Amino acid sequence: MNAPISGAGRYIGQRVLRKEDLRLLTGRGQFVDDISIPGVLHVAYIRSQIARGRITSMDLDAARAVPGVHAVLTAADLGVFTTKIWSMHLTEVGGPLTRPLSNENVRYVGDPVAMVVAESRYIAEDAAALAWIEYEEEDPLITVEDAMNGPLVHPGTDNNIVREVQTPPNPEFDNIVASAAHVMTSTLRHQRIAQSTMEARGVVSNPTGMGELTVHIGCQSTHIASAAIAMAFDLPENKVRVVAKDVGGGFGLKAQPWREEIGAIAASLLLRRPVKWIEDRLEALTTSCPARESDITTTMAFDKDAKLLALDCVYNSNNGAYPHMPDAGMPVMMFMPGPYRIPAYRFVGKAWLTNTVGLGGYRAPWAIESLARESLFDKAARQIGIDPVEIRRRNLLTASEVPTRNPLGIEIDNITPIECLDNLLTKIDVPAFRAEQAEARKQGRYMGLGIATYIEPTAANGVFPLLSDHAQIRIDHAGKVIANLSTHSQGQGIETTHAQIIAEQLGVNVDDVTIYQDDSTRSGFGPGGAGSRQAVVAGGAIIRAARLLTEKIKAIAAHALNANPDDVTIEDGMVKVAGAEAMSRSLKEIAMLAYGDPKRLPPGMEGGLDAQYRYTAPRMFTHASAAHACVVEVDAETGFVNIKRWISSEDCGVQINPAIVEGQIAGGVTQAIGVVLHEEFTIDSRGNPTAVTFKDYHLPAISDVPTFEYTHITTPADNEGGFRGVGEGGIIIGGPTLLNAIADAMLPFGDLPDDLPMSPTKLHKLMQPNPPA
Amino acid sequence: MSDHAIALTVNGRQFTEQVEARLTLGDFLREKLGYTGVHMACEHGVCGACTVVVDGLAVRSCLMFAVQADGAEITTVEGVAAPDGTLNPVQQAMRECHALQCGFCTPGVVMTLTSLTEGGNKPDEKTLLQAMSGHLCRCTGYQGIRKAIKQLAAGETA
Repeated sequence: MNAPISGAGRYIGQRVLRKEDLRLLTGRGQFVDDISIPGVLHVAYIRSQIARGRITSMDLDAARAVPGVHAVLTAADLGVFTTKIWSMHLTEVGGPLTRPLSNENVRYVGDPVAMVVAESRYIAEDAAALAWIEYEEEDPLITVEDAMNGPLVHPGTDNNIVREVQTPPNPEFDNIVASAAHVMTSTLRHQRIAQSTMEARGVVSNPTGMGELTVHIGCQSTHIASAAIAMAFDLPENKVRVVAKDVGGGFGLKAQPWREEIGAIAASLLLRRPVKWIEDRLEALTTSCPARESDITTTMAFDKDAKLLALDCVYNSNNGAYPHMPDAGMPVMMFMPGPYRIPAYRFVGKAWLTNTVGLGGYRAPWAIESLARESLFDKAARQIGIDPVEIRRRNLLTASEVPTRNPLGIEIDNITPIECLDNLLTKIDVPAFRAEQAEARKQGRYMGLGIATYIEPTAANGVFPLLSDHAQIRIDHAGKVIANLSTHSQGQGIETTHAQIIAEQLGVNVDDVTIYQDDSTRSGFGPGGAGSRQAVVAGGAIIRAARLLTEKIKAIAAHALNANPDDVTIEDGMVKVAGAEAMSRSLKEIAMLAYGDPKRLPPGMEGGLDAQYRYTAPRMFTHASAAHACVVEVDAETGFVNIKRWISSEDCGVQINPAIVEGQIAGGVTQAIGVVLHEEFTIDSRGNPTAVTFKDYHLPAISDVPTFEYTHITTPADNEGGFRGVGEGGIIIGGPTLLNAIADAMLPFGDLPDDLPMSPTKLHKLMQPNPPA
Repeated sequence: MSDHAIALTVNGRQFTEQVEARLTLGDFLREKLGYTGVHMACEHGVCGACTVVVDGLAVRSCLMFAVQADGAEITTVEGVAAPDGTLNPVQQAMRECHALQCGFCTPGVVMTLTSLTEGGNKPDEKTLLQAMSGHLCRCTGYQGIRKAIKQLAAGETA
């Protein structure tokens, strides 16, 4: 373990108020639609109104004739560019060739087939409504079952499977299951989720100057966006400058520029004009890469002591027609074993193409693993007749068993799920709850308790391009700190947390540190917000860069003041020499020496006062651990789930800012509440999305979310700073915690349906025809 | 599309403008007057992000046309802090309670709570919580907003 960073505790671990908030609370943020460029033109997409078919005619004359319309572009017009869409891994997406506009064949309702470019969005939409397109319609494939049995979504393939994954064959597997004392199988069908960033997608593309393209875009990394745009247009990356200051939520949706953003950029290059496309909510709820739709059938085989012998999973996901990246469940397969001892493991996953909008990644895209595993543990515990906590204790890896590797070869070390569970159980009196639950049932009130445990894989260092982050820290002439980071924030508060790390490490006031992360040309390459990584990886880069800078400051001060560098310290922006208070110099004075007085620098030292470092976390995954519990009551008259209590017990290592940690947990858990209770991107049999407003697509409102309780243990990770990621844990563990609580409450009525969400309608139906005995 | 002359006051400043009949108040405030703190997030009146105060009442600026604001006095999120930048009690409570993350829904939340608490009004916690049922936030799980409301109802902010 590394020594704690210097002066630990002055800023690290403090609830520092967010630097971002002053501008965001006063309307001075800068989101993509706030970018205003003279002469900008606005895009409205003309989209397919059928899910599958061939375009037989396209009459765009009336649209073109609308005053104020500059162009109506089709795939043929954009064909002058290669415009292949690239994934966030900066590789070709794989599977179907994805371009901004479809030509000839349409493959989902909302598939863009043309774009109007006009003086205002109002005019562009007027014109789009006048497009007359005729189709030869075919029956669409909507579900995975349709895809298994129907015609091809894309021609030239053998079937509608776009990717497959599986574990290596184990000839003993079936025998192990067959001879087990207890075997349980359960299917879980995860609904499609609309990502619903409050700021929808958007782009302003400005082709200015000599071969220079400046793109303002809602993204999760300016660097990934820049690289992906450059690749799409066969441009060198140094010709594409991406700027993104404030971004109103990402969650995975904005991890890579997609069809509509690339289309708008293509229009700006064709017309040589600045072009803006701002997604409206109808587009966001119908054609903006939704997530999660998949089903998983999980089998657990136990010995007579309720210890797992084997775990078997069959996973199928609905990838739509053009997925962000084909998902056959690779991360589900990798993380399904979690913190448990799994002697034999089998996983088969398939990604299916359908005539629906393409699948995207959403905060912890693999989260169905914890939903399936933790809910099946509870079912198994009931069947075997032991407590849900006890079945976990018997199967969680203990301290003496780690380090180890999970069945996929992933290193499992330095984890604390048992400690988190122990800590959780000090916050909730389970026997008292069971008594209350029994008493309530007698009165016809149905309460339930759910508990789940997991480990969250954060800061992956083995996946391109998520490997590393870069920090460049500079002290300016006034002695203030400017840091250019490879990070990007969509609300995580990095301008605050990472300033705290710098202030702690350099010994300056946090108010004197300003973070910049909004321009792909200003900082080193970094993948930004993806995989709960920026505290760990960029945090490490900052600590190392700040250490280099500290050494330089000390060397300059020691030389100028004729002191020993080891006696020099920096506190609150003052450079001090031990035992010689009068020799204190401000950082401004040291900076003036560094920039302006080379003769007074140590021999051979270059001028200036800055340092940079690129850091890679030491482990393939830096695991965070957690156990959560919640208490619900299901209303027997309405089927409505009331969450009465929620306790989060986490270990995310050293907390930089507990308020921001709690915010990450709360946001994730709330999204999980939406998944389990009421969010659902519904599609009718002809492929039409049917939840197209926020009145139909139910995001959790304040009345759906209780006040969360938090408890932490702190096991520093063995990386620089001791941080662990915490961005996705809440949504991973929140789902099974709530699902288990509902199942517990509903026990008198039998098993829950196997399809999410557990809407009041479904629960009410389960309660009505089967009154409890 | 017919154009109409309107005169209105926004954040204490008087404006006279020609607007198309179909221009929403939200788009007018953002695009014609430059108040980009007004955020358009659903444009069908559910999420509350675009809320502004019109003649003392919190209004969804996506559901009102600019012509309907002729003669009105409007306050946007840009107009509630003191001229020297001092946050109003709602903004201050939200800051202290970490009531925002990405900040996109935030201006609407600020305006609804401001309209209910300004001018010496002291609504109780329940009233303020109920008002929040008209606002959607995807980031925070409303934890900080709840805390800020508790603080506002108790009158603890500076």
